[in-house]
Order: sequence, then structure tokens, then C-alpha cells
Amino acid sequence: MTITVRLSDDALALACGANAVAAAFAAAGCEVERVSSWGMHWLEPLAEIDGQGFGPLEPGDVAAVMAGTSAKAIGPIEDHPFIARQQRLTFARAGKTRPLSLDDYAATGGWAGLDTARTIGTTATIAQVTASGLRGRGGAGFPAGIKWQTVANASGPVKYIVCNADEGDSATFADRMVMEGDPFLLIEGMAIAALAVGAGKGYVYIRSEYPHAVAKMQAAVKLAAPRIAPFEIEIRVGAGAYVCGEETSLLNSLEGKRGEVRAKPPLPAIEGLFGRPTVVNNVLTLAAVPWIMAHGADRYAAIGHGRSRGTMPIQLAGNVRHGGLFETAFGITVGELVEDVGGGTASGRPVRAVQVGGPLGAYHPPSEFHLPFDYEAFAGADALIGHAGVTVFDDGVDMGAQARFAMQFCAVESCGKCTPCRIGSTRGVELIDRIRSGAGRAVDGVEALPQMHNAPRAGRSRADEIALLEDLCETMKFGSLCALGGFTPYPVLSALKHWPEDFGGDFGG
Amino acid sequence: MERVEDIIAAHAGRADEPGGTLLPILHDVQAAFGHVGEDAIRAIAHGLNLSRAEVHGVVSFYHDFRAVPDPRPVLKLCRAEACQARGVEALVAALPQQAQDGGRVKIETVYCLGLCSVGPNAMVGDAVHARLDGPKLAALVEALA
Repeated sequence: MTITVRLSDDALALACGANAVAAAFAAAGCEVERVSSWGMHWLEPLAEIDGQGFGPLEPGDVAAVMAGTSAKAIGPIEDHPFIARQQRLTFARAGKTRPLSLDDYAATGGWAGLDTARTIGTTATIAQVTASGLRGRGGAGFPAGIKWQTVANASGPVKYIVCNADEGDSATFADRMVMEGDPFLLIEGMAIAALAVGAGKGYVYIRSEYPHAVAKMQAAVKLAAPRIAPFEIEIRVGAGAYVCGEETSLLNSLEGKRGEVRAKPPLPAIEGLFGRPTVVNNVLTLAAVPWIMAHGADRYAAIGHGRSRGTMPIQLAGNVRHGGLFETAFGITVGELVEDVGGGTASGRPVRAVQVGGPLGAYHPPSEFHLPFDYEAFAGADALIGHAGVTVFDDGVDMGAQARFAMQFCAVESCGKCTPCRIGSTRGVELIDRIRSGAGRAVDGVEALPQMHNAPRAGRSRADEIALLEDLCETMKFGSLCALGGFTPYPVLSALKHWPEDFGGDFGG
Repeated sequence: MERVEDIIAAHAGRADEPGGTLLPILHDVQAAFGHVGEDAIRAIAHGLNLSRAEVHGVVSFYHDFRAVPDPRPVLKLCRAEACQARGVEALVAALPQQAQDGGRVKIETVYCLGLCSVGPNAMVGDAVHARLDGPKLAALVEALA
């Protein structure tokens, strides 16, 4: 009897050498089935034979796996603590189905949500999504049902569904895993949204750094076209601009313009793509909808913490021993995630800092590990969940350098539309450099002119420079048009607050 | 060799609203010619009824489009936070000086390839590489040179 070996073909497995392992199994006479990834990334390439897992494999390990003597056997995958602890709704199919198989999708409950929506109709569908408490998973956490209702209420013959798949935050890969592992799920979610608001066309805007996701989605859209008709989906590829993950800048990009942020109002729900009412939702928001429609809003709303309902696919990344995708109900603490689930650092050294929410998220010291994953709890601690990426750093990290990087990243990626972000970020880099060098700043030529009555007569001390940095962050936070300039202060100020010693030796002395 | 006009024609009538095809066209031109030059900008502006300034503005905004060709092969290296936490900066610093200078191979910084749990990561063309260490990165660069 031929042995069937299941191996992921998502970008991460490929990057870890899954194709060579697959070829070795094929050469050994096995049937190789390429499926989605389980999300246990430290074990990739992870092979599954009759429910038993083996990883991380190299081609040379295949003989031992076949002989039953492999030291890389991890036992039944479903029972692995990393999987068993999760509550997978969006990622229910992860590791189990072939991404582009319509049969696999239908056999595992696919299209049930869309069929329900078609049966109960527009109003009831929106009511379900609202009742589920589903909030935007892109970072803002805006209730999805209210957004859909706004678009449904807007007048006009043409409406659009836009899926934001410009997953640019470092430490995030859940969108990529949905698109590469379960693309029909996203398509079904978009089709339900289209039905609910009366849209005829949808776009998926995928970043150009994700060529594998683009290929899978293009193939999936072709295969699923008859199932979602008359709704149509087009795949669009970004062009390397981080800021296009901001919804209005994404819309400009889709329209063929510079990806500059638009002022709001008007809201995209009223005047979005090409001026038409548009639903802009993140991949994870749309991918959560089929489960809600198939199983009922009550069951989804029954899970979670406070006003954050349902599950969140959390992404453990950076210097963490057990990195990967961990979907769980809201409410889990940062400490549980990093220490229990993640197993501490990959380097084995103590955890010094954890950044939650990507490049715009705050840095947390271990003393804040009690924070529960919950939109309100994070907001209350001057932090954000964002797209739920968690980056772990060991004690080798220089937090002053990380603060500088946050400003530098903002300067590189700023769209240039608003001043606090465009200029503030560059001034921020300069300021942090001066603070770290301890040089202070002398009175410059203009300040010394006699007519500059209000200019300071003495140079700025480092304490003055730190006050200035805090002031600059305040301006960026409240004066920027979008989250890029508005949230860059989070990593900067949190680093300054918790690790002042990294900003120069005699800080605060 | 493909012509810019053919690329524009291939996208004609695809988008239901004007202007929507500009990015797909620019991607195809960049892929076919390695850059989006003055001539291409002129042809695209003409084809889409835009001003040259508008097209130039879009080309210059996005990191993926370049105005002049670069003959060097490109290795995209992620230097975002998660890869920093896994030591990418030390890898870059340890590369041979010749590789760091970028004379033969362009080492382009990208922010995130979405493989953040197995970094440091790089991409060459569409091929992704994870768990890089000094020798692996040096070998990737050397293979391109």
C-alpha cells in the first residue's frame, strides 16, 4: 500500500525547504499531498503520515521517518499542546485540506455560510454579523456589522467589497496563511459581504511581497467563480508601499493613484473606491464571517473577553522558541502567549521586550505580561493589538535602537500627505540620535539672531531634548491623518518609558 | 520584446472605472523592461488619458517601480523587527565587504516577507529563504553574483 505523506506548500514551508523534503518522500515511493500549514512554524517542514507528525525535516531524514526510527517524530499532531490549546474557527482547516481543492473545501463545511446568507437574505445576514460582535481584525477594531449596515444603507447602483490583504506589519502572517492555505474561505467571506450590502464586484489587494499568496488567490478566484456568481473578485497586487495597508491609501492605490491617505470623512463606507460605497475589511475579518453564518452569531459571541468577541489568530514571531499561528479566544494574557505557548525565546536567553501589534505597536516589558488580549485593555495601557502580531526580543536588544527604528520606518514609509508624519518622523530620528549620543544641542545661527526674541538663549540639554521628543510624539499622535504617523509614538514612548537606560548612560540623573 | 502599447492594450476595458488599470500596467512594464522609463510613462499617459506628471507621480511613489534600469540581480532581505529580533543586523554586518558594497548583487531592504517566526528571511525572485545564517546568506548572494 502506498503511504500518503502530507506536507504544506505555503511560502513558509517552501522557505524552510519543503519541496526538497517532498521530493525525497516521492523518491521513496510515497504519495505526497500538499496541504495548508498547521502553523507550527518551528517544526516546518512538518510531514504528516496517518495523523502522526515529523519535523522539522530535511531530505536526509526521510529514510528514518519511513523506517519508523525518526527522532523528529512528534506524535499525533492534533494532540500536540500547541494545537490542542487553540480554539480554531478561522483556521479550522489549517493543515487538513488542499488549498485549491473545491472538494476538500465543500467536504469540510465550505460554502455553508454563503448558503445560509442566501437563504436568510440581506437584512438578517447583517444582523447576524452585528450580533456576533465581530470587529475589524486589521487593527482598528471597528464593528464589522455597523460598517456593512452603513454600506447597505448608502444609495447608489455600484458598491464594492475591498479586502485589505496588504499585511505589512512585521510579525504578522495570518492573512498570508489564509490566502495560501484556505483561499476559498476568504472568497466565501467576501461573497457573503457582497450579498449583504449589494456589491457586484470585489477586489483583494495583496502586497507584492506575497507572490505565493497572489498565485493561490488568482487560481482560487477562477475555480470559485461559478459558486459566487454573479459576484466577481479581482486580485490586485500592491507595489511595496507599507502605507497602502491604510484603507484610504489602499483605495487610492486601487484607483491607480499614489498611495496617499485621504482625510476622513467621507468614510469609505459612503464614498470609497471610485467614490462608491465600499466595504473595506481585513482578510481575517472577512474570513471569520463564514463560520459566524454557518454556526450562528450566538456561538461566536459566546467566546471572548469584554467587548472583544470571538477568536483572534495571534501570530508568535521573532525570537520565540515555538513561533507560529495561535488562534484563541480574546482574553489570553501576553505572558501566557510568550512563556507558555511560545516557550520563551529561541535563543534561550531571558525575554526583555515584546512588541505587540507590529511596527506601530508598543513594546512591553515582562512586568506588563498580565495584560489580556482585549482591544480595550490594550488601549487603556497605551498599546494596541493591531493585527495581533507578537514579536519577542531577548536581552540582547537595544531598546533605544528599536525606538530609533520605529521613527526611521515611519520616515521611509510615510506617504507624505500630512506634516506630523512626514517631517516629524525624520526629526524624531535626529532627536533620538542626539539623546543617545548625549551631545545636546547648541544654539544655532538663526536662534542667535537678535530679532529672534523668543528663541532660547541657551542650548538644549538632554532633558530638554527628551521633553521635546515626548512633545513631538504627542503632535504625531494627535496630528497625523492615519495610524502610521499616529501610532509610531507607541513604540517610541514605550521604549523610553520602560528602558530609559538604553537611551544613554546618565539618563534622568 | 513586448511593447508598452501592447501591455496597455491588454489591460484595456478590464477595469470598470477609469484609471484603475494603472498599477497592473506598471507592474507588467516593470516586469518586461526592468524599469518604467520616460518613453513608457509617455505611452501610458497617452493610453490612459492621464498627464505624464500623474504617471510619474505614481511610478516614483511605489518602491517596486524604478525609473532607471538596474542590471544587478536583487536579493530582498527583510530587516523588520521580527527579523531584527532573530539577528539579521549581525548577519548583514558579517557579510564580506564586497557583498555589502552591492557592486554585483543588490541587497535590497524589505520590511517583512510574512515568515516572521523563522527569520532571518530573504527572497530572490519568487523564491523565499528562511532561517538564514551567515554562510547561507553569503551563499545566496554568491549564487547571484
